[in-house]
Amino acid sequence: MATLRDIRRRIRAVQSTQKITRAMKLVAAAKLRRAQERILEARPYAHKMSDLLGNLALRTAPDRHPLLARREGGRRQIVIITADKGLCGAFNANAIRRSLEFIRQSEELGLTLVVVGRKGRDHYRRRPWTVKSEMLGFFDRLAYSHAAELARRLVESYLTEEADEIYLVYNEFRSVAVQRVVRVPLLPITPAALPADAAVVDYLYEPSADAILADLLPRHVTVQVYRALMESLAAEYGARMTAMEAATKNASEMIDLLAIQYNKARQERITKELLDIVGGAEALRQSVEA
Amino acid sequence: MAESRVRFELATPSRLVVAEDVEEVVAPGFQGYFGVLPGHVPFLTSLQSGEVAYRIGRAERYLAVSGGFAEVQGDRVTILAEHAERPEEIDRERAERARQRAERRLQGKTPEEIDYTRALAAFSRALARLQVAGRGPSH
Repeated sequence: MATLRDIRRRIRAVQSTQKITRAMKLVAAAKLRRAQERILEARPYAHKMSDLLGNLALRTAPDRHPLLARREGGRRQIVIITADKGLCGAFNANAIRRSLEFIRQSEELGLTLVVVGRKGRDHYRRRPWTVKSEMLGFFDRLAYSHAAELARRLVESYLTEEADEIYLVYNEFRSVAVQRVVRVPLLPITPAALPADAAVVDYLYEPSADAILADLLPRHVTVQVYRALMESLAAEYGARMTAMEAATKNASEMIDLLAIQYNKARQERITKELLDIVGGAEALRQSVEA
Repeated sequence: MAESRVRFELATPSRLVVAEDVEEVVAPGFQGYFGVLPGHVPFLTSLQSGEVAYRIGRAERYLAVSGGFAEVQGDRVTILAEHAERPEEIDRERAERARQRAERRLQGKTPEEIDYTRALAAFSRALARLQVAGRGPSH
Protein backbone atom coordinates (compact mmCIF):
# COMPACT_ATOMS: atom_id res chain seq x y z
CA MET A 1 0.00 0.00 0.00
CA ALA A 2 1.45 3.29 -1.13
CA THR A 3 1.83 5.80 1.61
CA LEU A 4 0.18 9.19 1.41
CA ARG A 5 3.52 10.78 0.75
CA ASP A 6 4.25 8.44 -2.16
CA ILE A 7 0.94 9.23 -3.77
CA ARG A 8 1.44 12.96 -3.29
CA ARG A 9 4.85 12.69 -4.91
CA ARG A 10 3.45 10.83 -7.89
CA ILE A 11 0.70 13.37 -8.37
CA ARG A 12 3.29 16.12 -8.47
CA ALA A 13 5.40 14.19 -10.97
CA VAL A 14 2.48 13.60 -13.29
CA GLN A 15 1.48 17.24 -12.97
CA SER A 16 4.88 18.44 -14.08
CA THR A 17 4.91 16.00 -16.97
CA GLN A 18 1.52 17.33 -17.94
CA LYS A 19 2.87 20.87 -17.95
CA ILE A 20 5.49 19.79 -20.44
CA THR A 21 3.11 17.90 -22.71
CA ARG A 22 0.69 20.82 -22.66
CA ALA A 23 3.44 23.26 -23.59
CA MET A 24 4.62 20.96 -26.38
CA LYS A 25 1.11 20.75 -27.72
CA LEU A 26 0.80 24.54 -27.84
CA VAL A 27 4.17 24.94 -29.50
CA ALA A 28 3.33 22.28 -32.09
CA ALA A 29 -0.01 23.98 -32.79
CA ALA A 30 1.66 27.33 -33.41
CA LYS A 31 4.33 25.82 -35.64
CA LEU A 32 1.74 23.79 -37.49
CA ARG A 33 -0.16 26.95 -38.38
CA ARG A 34 3.00 28.50 -39.79
CA ALA A 35 3.88 25.32 -41.69
CA GLN A 36 0.43 25.20 -43.27
CA GLU A 37 0.73 28.82 -44.35
CA ARG A 38 4.04 28.08 -45.96
CA ILE A 39 2.55 25.23 -47.97
CA LEU A 40 -0.13 27.58 -49.25
CA GLU A 41 2.33 30.35 -50.02
CA ALA A 42 4.48 28.00 -52.06
CA ARG A 43 1.59 26.96 -54.27
CA PRO A 44 1.50 29.71 -56.93
CA TYR A 45 5.12 29.07 -57.89
CA ALA A 46 4.68 25.30 -57.95
CA HIS A 47 1.48 25.42 -60.01
CA LYS A 48 2.89 27.83 -62.55
CA MET A 49 6.02 25.74 -62.81
CA SER A 50 4.12 22.58 -63.56
CA ASP A 51 1.93 24.39 -66.15
CA LEU A 52 5.05 25.66 -67.87
CA LEU A 53 6.58 22.21 -67.80
CA GLY A 54 3.44 20.66 -69.23
CA ASN A 55 3.42 23.23 -72.00
CA LEU A 56 7.08 22.75 -72.84
CA ALA A 57 6.88 18.98 -72.70
CA LEU A 58 4.15 19.06 -75.33
CA ARG A 59 6.41 20.67 -77.86
CA THR A 60 9.66 18.87 -77.15
CA ALA A 61 10.35 15.17 -77.63
CA PRO A 62 10.25 13.21 -74.35
CA ASP A 63 13.84 12.01 -74.72
CA ARG A 64 15.00 15.54 -75.29
CA HIS A 65 16.37 15.79 -71.80
CA PRO A 66 17.95 13.08 -69.61
CA LEU A 67 15.73 13.96 -66.62
CA LEU A 68 12.68 13.07 -68.70
CA ALA A 69 14.06 9.92 -70.24
CA ARG A 70 12.90 6.59 -68.88
CA ARG A 71 15.75 4.10 -68.62
CA GLU A 72 15.78 0.36 -68.43
CA GLY A 73 17.78 -1.09 -65.57
CA GLY A 74 15.51 -0.34 -62.68
CA ARG A 75 18.11 0.50 -60.06
CA ARG A 76 16.09 2.25 -57.45
CA GLN A 77 16.87 5.02 -55.02
CA ILE A 78 14.46 5.61 -52.18
CA VAL A 79 14.39 8.88 -50.28
CA ILE A 80 12.92 8.42 -46.81
CA ILE A 81 11.79 11.56 -45.06
CA THR A 82 11.30 11.36 -41.29
CA ALA A 83 11.49 13.90 -38.48
CA ASP A 84 14.55 14.85 -36.47
CA LYS A 85 12.67 14.41 -33.23
CA GLY A 86 10.34 11.90 -31.67
CA LEU A 87 7.35 12.51 -29.37
CA CYS A 88 5.03 12.66 -32.33
CA GLY A 89 3.09 9.42 -32.12
CA ALA A 90 3.57 6.91 -34.91
CA PHE A 91 4.81 9.55 -37.35
CA ASN A 92 8.35 8.22 -37.74
CA ALA A 93 7.42 4.57 -37.25
CA ASN A 94 4.86 4.79 -40.06
CA ALA A 95 7.30 6.32 -42.52
CA ILE A 96 9.93 3.73 -41.66
CA ARG A 97 7.52 0.81 -41.87
CA ARG A 98 6.25 1.95 -45.24
CA SER A 99 9.76 2.46 -46.55
CA LEU A 100 10.76 -1.02 -45.35
CA GLU A 101 7.92 -2.59 -47.30
CA PHE A 102 9.04 -0.71 -50.36
CA ILE A 103 12.67 -1.65 -49.80
CA ARG A 104 11.77 -5.34 -49.58
CA GLN A 105 10.04 -5.11 -52.96
CA SER A 106 13.05 -3.38 -54.48
CA GLU A 107 15.87 -5.41 -53.03
CA GLU A 108 16.85 -7.22 -56.20
CA LEU A 109 17.06 -3.99 -58.09
CA GLY A 110 20.31 -2.49 -56.92
CA LEU A 111 18.92 -0.35 -54.17
CA THR A 112 20.31 2.79 -52.56
CA LEU A 113 18.76 4.89 -49.82
CA VAL A 114 18.80 8.56 -49.02
CA VAL A 115 17.64 9.37 -45.50
CA VAL A 116 16.31 12.73 -44.44
CA GLY A 117 15.74 13.39 -40.75
CA ARG A 118 17.54 12.01 -37.74
CA LYS A 119 14.98 9.32 -36.88
CA GLY A 120 15.25 7.69 -40.27
CA ARG A 121 19.03 7.90 -40.18
CA ASP A 122 19.15 6.26 -36.76
CA HIS A 123 17.02 3.43 -38.05
CA TYR A 124 18.87 2.77 -41.29
CA ARG A 125 22.37 3.37 -40.00
CA ARG A 126 22.96 -0.22 -38.99
CA ARG A 127 20.91 -2.00 -41.62
CA PRO A 128 22.30 -3.91 -44.56
CA TRP A 129 21.27 -1.36 -47.20
CA THR A 130 23.50 1.26 -48.72
CA VAL A 131 22.71 4.72 -47.43
CA LYS A 132 23.94 6.94 -50.23
CA SER A 133 23.51 10.22 -48.43
CA GLU A 134 21.74 11.77 -45.48
CA MET A 135 20.44 15.17 -44.46
CA LEU A 136 19.73 15.89 -40.83
CA GLY A 137 18.85 18.55 -38.35
CA PHE A 138 17.49 21.26 -40.63
CA PHE A 139 13.74 20.85 -40.18
CA ASP A 140 13.34 23.56 -37.56
CA ARG A 141 14.73 26.09 -40.04
CA LEU A 142 13.58 24.47 -43.27
CA ALA A 143 14.24 26.70 -46.29
CA TYR A 144 14.11 26.35 -50.05
CA SER A 145 17.90 26.06 -50.05
CA HIS A 146 17.66 22.74 -48.17
CA ALA A 147 15.35 21.41 -50.86
CA ALA A 148 17.75 22.70 -53.51
CA GLU A 149 20.65 20.85 -51.93
CA LEU A 150 18.74 17.59 -51.62
CA ALA A 151 17.40 17.92 -55.16
CA ARG A 152 20.90 18.58 -56.46
CA ARG A 153 22.14 15.32 -54.93
CA LEU A 154 19.21 13.34 -56.32
CA VAL A 155 19.55 14.78 -59.81
CA GLU A 156 23.22 13.93 -59.70
CA SER A 157 22.45 10.34 -58.68
CA TYR A 158 20.08 10.11 -61.58
CA LEU A 159 22.36 11.67 -64.17
CA THR A 160 25.37 9.57 -63.18
CA GLU A 161 23.08 6.53 -63.56
CA GLU A 162 23.59 5.45 -60.02
CA ALA A 163 19.82 5.13 -59.96
CA ASP A 164 17.34 4.70 -62.78
CA GLU A 165 14.36 5.77 -60.75
CA ILE A 166 14.03 7.77 -57.58
CA TYR A 167 11.10 7.73 -55.17
CA LEU A 168 10.18 9.84 -52.20
CA VAL A 169 8.55 8.26 -49.14
CA TYR A 170 7.12 10.77 -46.70
CA ASN A 171 4.21 11.68 -44.45
CA GLU A 172 1.65 13.74 -46.27
CA PHE A 173 -0.35 16.27 -44.34
CA ARG A 174 -4.02 15.39 -44.72
CA SER A 175 -5.47 17.26 -41.80
CA VAL A 176 -4.32 18.26 -38.34
CA ALA A 177 -5.11 14.81 -36.99
CA VAL A 178 -4.38 12.73 -40.09
CA GLN A 179 -1.08 11.97 -41.75
CA ARG A 180 -0.66 9.48 -44.52
CA VAL A 181 2.60 8.01 -45.72
CA VAL A 182 2.86 8.36 -49.48
CA ARG A 183 5.26 7.07 -52.09
CA VAL A 184 5.87 9.48 -54.93
CA PRO A 185 8.01 8.93 -58.04
CA LEU A 186 10.42 11.85 -58.42
CA LEU A 187 12.73 10.92 -61.29
CA PRO A 188 12.45 10.52 -64.19
CA ILE A 189 10.10 13.47 -64.34
CA THR A 190 6.59 12.83 -65.60
CA PRO A 191 5.14 16.14 -66.73
CA ALA A 192 1.61 16.58 -65.45
CA ALA A 193 -0.97 16.57 -68.21
CA LEU A 194 -2.29 20.05 -68.83
CA PRO A 195 -5.88 20.60 -67.79
CA ALA A 196 -8.21 20.14 -70.76
CA ASP A 197 -9.11 23.82 -70.91
CA ALA A 198 -5.51 25.05 -70.81
CA ALA A 199 -4.31 26.78 -73.92
CA VAL A 200 -1.30 25.31 -75.67
CA VAL A 201 0.76 28.38 -76.37
CA ASP A 202 3.29 28.83 -79.09
CA TYR A 203 5.85 31.01 -77.45
CA LEU A 204 8.72 33.00 -78.73
CA TYR A 205 11.55 31.32 -76.86
CA GLU A 206 14.67 32.92 -75.56
CA PRO A 207 17.14 31.26 -75.88
CA SER A 208 15.23 28.13 -77.05
CA ALA A 209 12.58 25.71 -75.87
CA ASP A 210 15.21 23.07 -75.15
CA ALA A 211 17.41 25.41 -73.17
CA ILE A 212 14.51 26.63 -71.09
CA LEU A 213 13.41 23.05 -70.49
CA ALA A 214 16.92 22.17 -69.35
CA ASP A 215 16.82 25.08 -66.92
CA LEU A 216 13.33 24.27 -65.74
CA LEU A 217 13.61 20.55 -65.05
CA PRO A 218 16.06 20.69 -62.13
CA ARG A 219 14.02 23.50 -60.61
CA HIS A 220 10.94 21.37 -60.99
CA VAL A 221 12.66 18.59 -59.03
CA THR A 222 13.56 21.08 -56.32
CA VAL A 223 9.96 22.26 -56.09
CA GLN A 224 8.77 18.65 -55.68
CA VAL A 225 11.33 18.02 -52.97
CA TYR A 226 10.50 21.29 -51.22
CA ARG A 227 6.86 20.39 -51.19
CA ALA A 228 7.57 16.93 -49.74
CA LEU A 229 9.72 18.44 -46.99
CA MET A 230 7.08 21.00 -46.10
CA GLU A 231 4.32 18.40 -46.10
CA SER A 232 6.37 16.18 -43.85
CA LEU A 233 7.07 19.06 -41.49
CA ALA A 234 3.41 20.06 -41.24
CA ALA A 235 2.44 16.42 -40.75
CA GLU A 236 5.05 16.11 -38.00
CA TYR A 237 3.64 19.08 -36.10
CA GLY A 238 0.14 17.72 -36.57
CA ALA A 239 1.21 14.34 -35.24
CA ARG A 240 3.04 15.89 -32.32
CA MET A 241 0.07 18.06 -31.47
CA THR A 242 -2.27 15.06 -31.44
CA ALA A 243 0.19 12.94 -29.46
CA MET A 244 0.76 15.64 -26.87
CA GLU A 245 -2.94 16.33 -26.62
CA ALA A 246 -3.50 12.65 -25.84
CA ALA A 247 -0.62 12.65 -23.37
CA THR A 248 -2.06 15.68 -21.59
CA LYS A 249 -5.45 13.97 -21.37
CA ASN A 250 -3.90 10.77 -20.06
CA ALA A 251 -2.05 12.75 -17.45
CA SER A 252 -5.32 14.34 -16.33
CA GLU A 253 -6.93 10.94 -16.00
CA MET A 254 -3.97 9.66 -14.07
CA ILE A 255 -4.07 12.62 -11.72
CA ASP A 256 -7.77 12.02 -11.10
CA LEU A 257 -7.12 8.38 -10.35
CA LEU A 258 -4.27 9.19 -8.02
CA ALA A 259 -6.41 11.79 -6.25
CA ILE A 260 -9.05 9.15 -5.57
CA GLN A 261 -6.38 6.81 -4.28
CA TYR A 262 -4.98 9.57 -2.15
CA ASN A 263 -8.35 10.39 -0.61
CA LYS A 264 -9.10 6.75 0.03
CA ALA A 265 -5.75 6.26 1.71
CA ARG A 266 -6.27 9.38 3.80
CA GLN A 267 -9.72 8.25 4.90
CA GLU A 268 -8.39 4.85 5.82
CA ARG A 269 -5.71 6.40 7.92
CA ILE A 270 -8.18 8.62 9.75
CA THR A 271 -10.47 5.67 10.35
CA LYS A 272 -7.55 3.70 11.67
CA GLU A 273 -6.51 6.50 13.97
CA LEU A 274 -10.05 6.90 15.23
CA LEU A 275 -10.28 3.20 15.96
CA ASP A 276 -6.99 3.42 17.78
CA ILE A 277 -8.24 6.30 19.90
CA VAL A 278 -11.58 4.65 20.63
CA GLY A 279 -9.84 1.37 21.37
CA GLY A 280 -7.34 3.14 23.61
CA ALA A 281 -10.04 5.02 25.48
CA GLU A 282 -12.03 1.84 25.94
CA ALA A 283 -9.00 0.02 27.31
CA LEU A 284 -8.32 2.92 29.66
CA ARG A 285 -11.91 2.92 30.90
CA GLN A 286 -11.83 -0.79 31.53
CA SER A 287 -8.61 -0.55 33.47
CA VAL A 288 -10.03 2.26 35.63
CA GLU A 289 -13.19 0.27 36.31
CA ALA A 290 -11.21 -2.76 37.23
CA MET B 1 -9.48 51.13 -69.57
CA ALA B 2 -8.94 47.52 -68.82
CA GLU B 3 -7.05 46.82 -72.05
CA SER B 4 -4.25 49.19 -71.18
CA ARG B 5 -3.12 46.99 -68.35
CA VAL B 6 -1.41 43.65 -67.97
CA ARG B 7 -1.81 41.23 -65.12
CA PHE B 8 1.57 40.89 -63.48
CA GLU B 9 2.44 38.09 -61.10
CA LEU B 10 5.81 37.37 -59.61
CA ALA B 11 6.27 34.27 -57.48
CA THR B 12 9.24 32.79 -55.68
CA PRO B 13 9.34 29.25 -54.28
CA SER B 14 8.30 30.55 -50.87
CA ARG B 15 5.66 33.15 -51.70
CA LEU B 16 3.71 35.20 -54.20
CA VAL B 17 5.53 38.54 -54.21
CA VAL B 18 3.46 40.58 -56.67
CA ALA B 19 -0.04 40.11 -58.06
CA GLU B 20 -1.24 43.34 -59.61
CA ASP B 21 -2.60 44.95 -62.74
CA VAL B 22 0.14 47.13 -64.16
CA GLU B 23 0.82 49.38 -67.11
CA GLU B 24 4.23 48.05 -67.97
CA VAL B 25 6.78 45.49 -66.88
CA VAL B 26 10.50 45.49 -67.63
CA ALA B 27 12.53 42.38 -66.83
CA PRO B 28 16.00 41.01 -67.47
CA GLY B 29 15.52 38.26 -70.07
CA PHE B 30 18.10 35.94 -71.50
CA GLN B 31 19.14 38.41 -74.16
CA GLY B 32 18.83 41.50 -72.07
CA TYR B 33 16.04 43.65 -70.67
CA PHE B 34 12.68 43.47 -72.33
CA GLY B 35 9.56 45.51 -71.75
CA VAL B 36 6.01 44.24 -71.78
CA LEU B 37 3.03 46.38 -72.67
CA PRO B 38 -0.47 45.10 -73.37
CA GLY B 39 -0.59 43.08 -76.56
CA HIS B 40 2.86 41.57 -76.32
CA VAL B 41 3.45 38.33 -78.25
CA PRO B 42 3.60 35.07 -76.26
CA PHE B 43 7.10 34.95 -74.95
CA LEU B 44 9.05 32.62 -72.70
CA THR B 45 12.54 33.39 -71.53
CA SER B 46 14.94 32.43 -68.83
CA LEU B 47 15.70 35.17 -66.37
CA GLN B 48 19.01 36.78 -65.58
CA SER B 49 19.96 38.39 -62.33
CA GLY B 50 18.81 41.95 -62.53
CA GLU B 51 16.10 44.42 -61.87
CA VAL B 52 12.42 43.92 -62.54
CA ALA B 53 10.55 47.21 -62.84
CA TYR B 54 6.82 47.66 -63.12
CA ARG B 55 4.64 50.68 -63.35
CA ILE B 56 1.17 51.32 -62.03
CA GLY B 57 0.04 54.73 -63.25
CA ARG B 58 3.02 56.89 -62.44
CA ALA B 59 4.35 54.82 -59.59
CA GLU B 60 7.31 52.68 -60.50
CA ARG B 61 8.38 49.78 -58.35
CA TYR B 62 11.50 47.69 -58.43
CA LEU B 63 12.60 44.24 -57.42
CA ALA B 64 15.96 42.53 -57.50
CA VAL B 65 15.56 39.06 -58.98
CA SER B 66 17.76 36.14 -59.85
CA GLY B 67 17.23 32.79 -61.48
CA GLY B 68 14.03 31.61 -63.10
CA PHE B 69 11.72 32.40 -66.00
CA ALA B 70 9.42 35.01 -67.37
CA GLU B 71 6.36 34.15 -69.36
CA VAL B 72 4.18 36.51 -71.35
CA GLN B 73 0.89 35.12 -72.53
CA GLY B 74 -2.10 37.18 -73.56
CA ASP B 75 -2.24 40.06 -71.15
CA ARG B 76 -0.49 38.22 -68.39
CA VAL B 77 3.12 38.41 -67.33
CA THR B 78 4.29 35.75 -64.94
CA ILE B 79 7.75 35.72 -63.46
CA LEU B 80 9.03 32.74 -61.55
CA ALA B 81 12.21 33.79 -59.79
CA GLU B 82 14.41 31.88 -57.43
CA HIS B 83 14.87 35.07 -55.37
CA ALA B 84 13.06 38.38 -55.41
CA GLU B 85 13.57 41.26 -53.03
CA ARG B 86 12.12 44.73 -52.72
CA PRO B 87 14.53 47.61 -52.17
CA GLU B 88 13.71 47.85 -48.46
CA GLU B 89 14.39 44.15 -47.97
CA ILE B 90 17.91 44.32 -49.33
CA ASP B 91 20.84 44.29 -46.96
CA ARG B 92 23.16 46.69 -48.78
CA GLU B 93 26.24 45.94 -46.75
CA ARG B 94 25.85 42.26 -47.32
CA ALA B 95 25.34 42.79 -51.05
CA GLU B 96 28.40 45.05 -51.14
CA ARG B 97 30.51 42.43 -49.38
CA ALA B 98 29.24 39.78 -51.78
CA ARG B 99 30.13 42.01 -54.71
CA GLN B 100 33.68 42.52 -53.46
CA ARG B 101 34.14 38.85 -52.73
CA ALA B 102 32.93 37.90 -56.20
CA GLU B 103 35.14 40.54 -57.74
CA ARG B 104 38.21 39.16 -56.03
CA ARG B 105 37.38 35.70 -57.23
CA LEU B 106 36.88 36.94 -60.76
CA GLN B 107 40.29 38.54 -60.72
CA GLY B 108 41.58 35.10 -61.23
CA LYS B 109 42.86 33.59 -58.02
CA THR B 110 40.71 30.57 -58.74
CA PRO B 111 40.99 29.67 -62.40
CA GLU B 112 38.66 26.65 -62.14
CA GLU B 113 35.92 27.13 -64.64
CA ILE B 114 33.06 26.19 -62.34
CA ASP B 115 34.27 28.67 -59.75
CA TYR B 116 34.47 31.34 -62.39
CA THR B 117 30.89 30.74 -63.47
CA ARG B 118 29.75 30.75 -59.91
CA ALA B 119 31.61 33.91 -59.06
CA LEU B 120 30.20 35.59 -62.13
CA ALA B 121 26.67 34.63 -61.09
CA ALA B 122 27.30 35.86 -57.55
CA PHE B 123 28.69 39.08 -58.95
CA SER B 124 25.65 39.81 -61.09
CA ARG B 125 23.30 38.93 -58.21
CA ALA B 126 25.12 41.36 -55.95
CA LEU B 127 25.06 44.07 -58.62
CA ALA B 128 21.33 43.60 -59.13
CA ARG B 129 20.72 43.93 -55.41
CA LEU B 130 22.83 47.06 -55.12
CA GLN B 131 21.13 48.60 -58.11
CA VAL B 132 17.67 47.99 -56.72
CA ALA B 133 18.67 49.02 -53.21
CA GLY B 134 19.79 52.33 -54.72
CA ARG B 135 16.21 52.94 -55.85
CA GLY B 136 15.10 53.49 -52.30
CA PRO B 137 11.90 52.01 -50.88
CA SER B 138 8.93 51.60 -53.18
CA HIS B 139 5.81 53.82 -53.00
